Amino acid sequence: MPDRPMPVFPELDTQAYWEATKENKLLYQQCNVCNSVVFTPRAHCTNCGSNDLKTLESKGEGTVYTYSVVRQNRQPAFAEMGAYSIAYIDLDEGFRMLSSVVGVGDPTKDIKVGMRVKVDFEEQDSSEYKVPVFRPA
Amino acid sequence: MATQKRRAAIVGLYEWPKRKDPDVSAMQIKAQSIKRALDDAGLDWKDVDAVYDAGDGEGAGLANIVQYLGLRPNVIDTTQVGGSSYEFHAAHAVRAIEEGKANVAVLSYGSKAATQRIPIGTGGGRAGGSWSTNMEAPYGMTLIANYAMVANRHMAQYGTTSAQLAEVSVATRHHAMRNPQAVQALNDLGVVGVNDITVDDVLSSRMIADPLHLLECCLVTDGGGAVIIASPEVVARTKKKPVWILGTGEAMSYVTNDGDITTSAAAQSAPTAFGQAGVTANEMDIAMIYDSFSITVAVMLEDLGFCKKGEVGSFLEGGRVRFDNPGGPALNTDGGGLSSNHPGMRGIFLLMEAARQLRGESTSQVPDAKLAVAHGNGGFLGSLHSGGTVVMAAD
Repeated sequence: MPDRPMPVFPELDTQAYWEATKENKLLYQQCNVCNSVVFTPRAHCTNCGSNDLKTLESKGEGTVYTYSVVRQNRQPAFAEMGAYSIAYIDLDEGFRMLSSVVGVGDPTKDIKVGMRVKVDFEEQDSSEYKVPVFRPA
Repeated sequence: MATQKRRAAIVGLYEWPKRKDPDVSAMQIKAQSIKRALDDAGLDWKDVDAVYDAGDGEGAGLANIVQYLGLRPNVIDTTQVGGSSYEFHAAHAVRAIEEGKANVAVLSYGSKAATQRIPIGTGGGRAGGSWSTNMEAPYGMTLIANYAMVANRHMAQYGTTSAQLAEVSVATRHHAMRNPQAVQALNDLGVVGVNDITVDDVLSSRMIADPLHLLECCLVTDGGGAVIIASPEVVARTKKKPVWILGTGEAMSYVTNDGDITTSAAAQSAPTAFGQAGVTANEMDIAMIYDSFSITVAVMLEDLGFCKKGEVGSFLEGGRVRFDNPGGPALNTDGGGLSSNHPGMRGIFLLMEAARQLRGESTSQVPDAKLAVAHGNGGFLGSLHSGGTVVMAAD
């Protein structure tokens, strides 16, 4: 089981997002004033500055906007992983998040810009939080 | 120079000559470089009345560069926006001089990234704990992979190829081989094959983060230096040909839910700088563009206006940016971060080599070079980054 570097708390903007991962939920926000989608989590709308935001649950379905495959990382947690991907995923609800595409045969060949993916919640050895990653849909 | 107002000029510069130098500290590099840059200008230590420094080096903090130097400047600025800090500093120095707050501004930089083996490109992700790092830490986004994501999107969106991007590395190495300091650097850093390289050499080098190969990634060096910017009154008593700063622009850009990752902060800073200067990219003889990676230069050539968005691939083909190609512009004629000097924040060297070209002192001199642009980039091109543009003219 992977043991990725994990978020550190207390941190007021991101705590609710990570708490929700324990229940396999991917959260995002929307402004009640101007309807803009807000991500990453914040206490204000980045379009209009309002503090009146609602929290919504994403279906977790989206498209790979772009990606890379990391062949070399000197941090121990990743050095042992072998080649792994990082990616920006455009979720269907209209937000872009950094994540990783997993569950492909060879990440250097099998990930494409534009491919459809679905969220999965990866359990960690040393944390109760799960890490949202994406698998081919 | 044309009709532009003479606001402030680069009058002195010094680039620390060694890229692996265990016997000197970052702060010593800064102080000694300032002295030598002042010598280059024909100015004295006590003439300095403005200090610009990114606040790095041993024991950094509280602008203690001022105490270390032993100066009492009227203007102190420790703006830190990564590699383009020095383009921001130059912009601020021109404004301070125009406002009458300063006459002799120094920009300083020193780093021991090579000796300390700092994993600048391959050390991610950053530890959690903040609103941003808590969302990034689990994924292991190295700095190189972040830039690589821009490259992959550029390729998917416009059909750009690795062979086209490799032209940046090939031209830059060609310039490096003409610069004795760069050749020494490549040797001292143990680079395999200190010689001109081909597109095939780049493509067959090891993949670091797809699609960026080893030879598309900058060096990690020790080094630093200093630049002196002075008021028109002071310019009259300096030794070298002044290099006038015609225009400056500053911007930050970052990933958004519907933004275009292939467009950088340069798209905002460049129009400001060129607009103030009253010139366009196509008039530039020299383009000093932050070459942390091949893709950095590619995106910024577009955003600066050398070609349209998406067309940089074909623009680069055939050695277009070599110093001896009249189709120009001449790119990174000192050998760049790819093959000469990258101690972590390369922006100050962009100003220096642009100034050398406009003085006629480059090792890959463009005959009668009159106009240059330096564009610095700092941070993570695919997520949060800075862009600083400085347009310069020969006297």
